[in-house]
Amino acid sequence: MSELSKKLQELLDKQQSGRLKPKERLEIPPQEMPQQDPVVRRSNMNEVALGYTEEQARLEALRCLQCPTAPCIEGCPVRIPIPAFIAQIAAGNYAGALEIIKEYSLLPAVCGRVCPQEVQCQEKCTVGLKFKDVMKSVSIGRLERFAADWGAEKAQTPRAAAPTGQKVAIIGSGPGGIVAASDTRRAGHSVTIFEAFHKPGGVMVYGIPEFRLPKAIVHKEIETLRKMGVEIVCNFIVGRTRTIEQLMKEDGFDAVYIGVGAGLPKFMGIEGEQLVGVYSANEYLTRANLMKAYQFGRGADTPIARSRRVAVFGGGNVAMDAARMAVRLGAEKVYLVYRRSEKEMPARVEEVHHAKEEGVEFCLLQNPKRILGHEQGQVVGVECLRYELGEPDESGRRRPVPIAGSEFVLEVDTVIVAIGNGANPLLQQTTPGLKFNKWGNIEVDENCRTSLEGVYAGGDIVLGAATVILAMGQGRIAAAAINEYLAGKRR
Amino acid sequence: MYNILSKKQLSEHVFQMEVEAPYVARARKPGQFVIVSVDEEDGERIPLTIAGADETKGTIRLIFQRVGKATAQMADLKEGDSLGYVAGPLGKPTHLEKFGVCVCVGGGIGIAPLLPIAEALKKAGNRVVSILGARTKGLLILEEEFRLFSDELIVVTDDGSYGRKALVTEPLGEVCRRASKPDFVMAIGPTIMMKFCCETTRPFGIPTQVSLNTIMVDGTGMCGGCRVEVGGKTQFVCVDGPEFDGHQVNFDLMMKRMAAYKDLEQRAYEEYRQHRCKIGLEPRR
Repeated sequence: MSELSKKLQELLDKQQSGRLKPKERLEIPPQEMPQQDPVVRRSNMNEVALGYTEEQARLEALRCLQCPTAPCIEGCPVRIPIPAFIAQIAAGNYAGALEIIKEYSLLPAVCGRVCPQEVQCQEKCTVGLKFKDVMKSVSIGRLERFAADWGAEKAQTPRAAAPTGQKVAIIGSGPGGIVAASDTRRAGHSVTIFEAFHKPGGVMVYGIPEFRLPKAIVHKEIETLRKMGVEIVCNFIVGRTRTIEQLMKEDGFDAVYIGVGAGLPKFMGIEGEQLVGVYSANEYLTRANLMKAYQFGRGADTPIARSRRVAVFGGGNVAMDAARMAVRLGAEKVYLVYRRSEKEMPARVEEVHHAKEEGVEFCLLQNPKRILGHEQGQVVGVECLRYELGEPDESGRRRPVPIAGSEFVLEVDTVIVAIGNGANPLLQQTTPGLKFNKWGNIEVDENCRTSLEGVYAGGDIVLGAATVILAMGQGRIAAAAINEYLAGKRR
Repeated sequence: MYNILSKKQLSEHVFQMEVEAPYVARARKPGQFVIVSVDEEDGERIPLTIAGADETKGTIRLIFQRVGKATAQMADLKEGDSLGYVAGPLGKPTHLEKFGVCVCVGGGIGIAPLLPIAEALKKAGNRVVSILGARTKGLLILEEEFRLFSDELIVVTDDGSYGRKALVTEPLGEVCRRASKPDFVMAIGPTIMMKFCCETTRPFGIPTQVSLNTIMVDGTGMCGGCRVEVGGKTQFVCVDGPEFDGHQVNFDLMMKRMAAYKDLEQRAYEEYRQHRCKIGLEPRR
C-alpha cells in the first residue's frame, strides 16, 4: 500500500467512526493536480492538467469541513450543493456525487476544467478563509472534474417526456444552447439547434484550446443531445439563412432561445492594427482550434502565421489561451502585455501559472502604443509604454496611469489582440422588434425573456462577457421559462 | 445536401457550378456571399460571392477561380459530387435604387459577382453601362449574359486579343466625361483594379461602390480577419460589407493583408499539384 493510500485509509477509518476532527481535516495538505511536464507540453496539444487519482480525490474531499453554512454554494452561479457532492466523493460514491452535480450543471466535465473557481465557489470556501489563502481552499473544481470524468463512460442518455408537439429553436450550440436544448427536449418539445459554424460546440470548440478542454468531452455532450433526439443543423446562420421571424411564422417554431455568443472582436484602435501578422484572439484561436491550422499541410488547409516572436495584448483567459497556443505553434518568444499588474488580471490563477511554466513572458504594467511594420506591411514590433498603478477606478481595480517618455520597442512578428468582444450586429440588423441596449446586447428580464414573445436569450449576447457557467445558468433559466410558456400555450 | 448539379469550365482557371443549397437560394440577394468548403470536417473555408440562384430548384450558381489548394480541390469535383458545406447567404445585400445611369465595371473573376448586381440595377430601372475586362480573350467570362440586359457593353482586354486593347479604367474615364455623367458606379475585380476605378471616378464625384473579397474565416463577424480600413475606421467585410464606398477604402493596406498567407498557400497548392501528378490527374510539367 502506498503512503497516500495508507494515510487515506487512516483518515477514512476515523471519519467513519466520527472521530475525524476539523483540525485534522485542515492538516491534510491540498492535493496537487498531476500535470504534463511544462517542457514536454510546450510542443503538444494534449491536455495539461491530468486529473486527480481516486486517492487524491478522496483526500481532497476530506479537506472539506462540511460546514453547515456552505458559503461555497453561494459562490456557484448554478448553486450546486457542493458539500453534499464532496461528501459522496469522500465516501467513494462517485456516482452519487455526479448525480448531485448533474441535477444543477449539465456539463460538469467542462465546468470542472474551465470555471474560474477561485473567484466563485473556492473564493468563499471556509478552508481557504481559515488559511487566508484562496489557493488553499478545497479544490472544488478539480473534484467536480474527477466525478465527471469518472462517470464519463457510464453516463445515460436522459429521457424526453412525451411529445408536446411544440417546437423550440436554439440559436448557437455553445454552453448556453446545449443546456437550453437539453432542458427543453427533456420537457418533450421537438428541439433544433442552429449553428453557424460547420461543427457544434461554440466557444468550447473554436475558442478554448484542446490543451485546456479536450474536444472529445464536447463531442460527447453533443452526441448525448443527438441521442436525446435534438436535431443539430450546422452552417445555418440565423438572421441570414432564415430570420427569427421566418423560423417562428413560417417554420412553426413556438419558442426561440438566442445563445449566439458575443462574437465581434474588439481592437484597440491604435496605429498598425491592419498590419499583416495582427490577429484578434478569436481569429488566432479559431484558425488553430477549429480549423486545426497546427496541422497545416498535414490534413488541414487553413494557414496560420509561422511566428518566431509573438506579443499578446490582454490579461484574461483568452489572452492566456492565445499565448499558450503560440508557444505550441512553435514561437520562440511569447510576450503577454498587460497594462495592470498580475493581481488585477482577470484570467484564472491556474492559467496564469501554466502560461508562466510554459515560458510565456509577462510584461506587466505595459501597454501597446502602436504596432510597427515594414514596407510590405508585416509586423516587426510593438511600441509599448510603461504604466504605474494609480487610484482605484469604477471596477475597484487600481487604474493604470502611463509614465510619460517610457516608450520602448518589443521586437515581434505577430500580435494577438485579446481585449474582449463587442456584440455581433447580425441579429440586430435582421430582427425587427428585438430590443438591444446601447452596446448591442439583447435586453432580457430575470427569466431571460426578450422584448419579442416566445423569444429568450442568454450568455455573452446578453451579458457582454460571460463565462461558460454563467451562459449555462442562463440557458437553464431560459429553458425553464420556455417550458412554462409553452405549457401555458397548450392549455 | 450541397450536390453539384452541373459544372462547366468557363476559362483556363475559372469554373461554374450549380449547387443545391435551398435555404441560400431562397434567402440570397444580390451582393451577398457564401462560405463553402470541399470537406465537411477540416477543409479551408472559402468565401465566394453568389453569381445567381434558382429559387424553385433550390440551387445557387457559384463561379470561382482556381488559385490555391482549396479552389483546386473544388475544381476537381464533378457533377454528382457534393460540397462539404455551403453556409450563407452572408454580408449585407447591395443597396438597390433607381440612380439613373449606372456603370458596372467587372474585371477577371470579379465579373461573376457583378452579374446579379448589374441585373438587379437594371431591374430597378437604371440605364446600365457594363464594362468588362480580362487579361486576354480566353479569360473573359459571362459576356453574353451581360449583353442580354446591358444598355451598353464595352469589352476590353489587356493584350487586345478581344474587344478594345485597354484597361477598364480607360472606357470608365470616357463614360464619366460624357454629357450624361453616370450617377453611380459599381466596380468589382482585383483590388488594384478597384483602386484605380475609384481614382478614375473620384475627380467626377461619382458615388462608387466596390465589393471586397478579403481573407476571412467564419464570415459572421467573429474573427475579424477580414477587416479593412474605410474612412479611417476599421470595418469588417463580412458584417459591415462586403460593399463599401470605394472612395473611402484604404486599398494599399488591403492589398498587403490579402498577401498574408501567400507563401503557405503557394506551398499547399504546389504539394496538391504534385499529388495530382502522381495519381495521373495532371500532366507532368
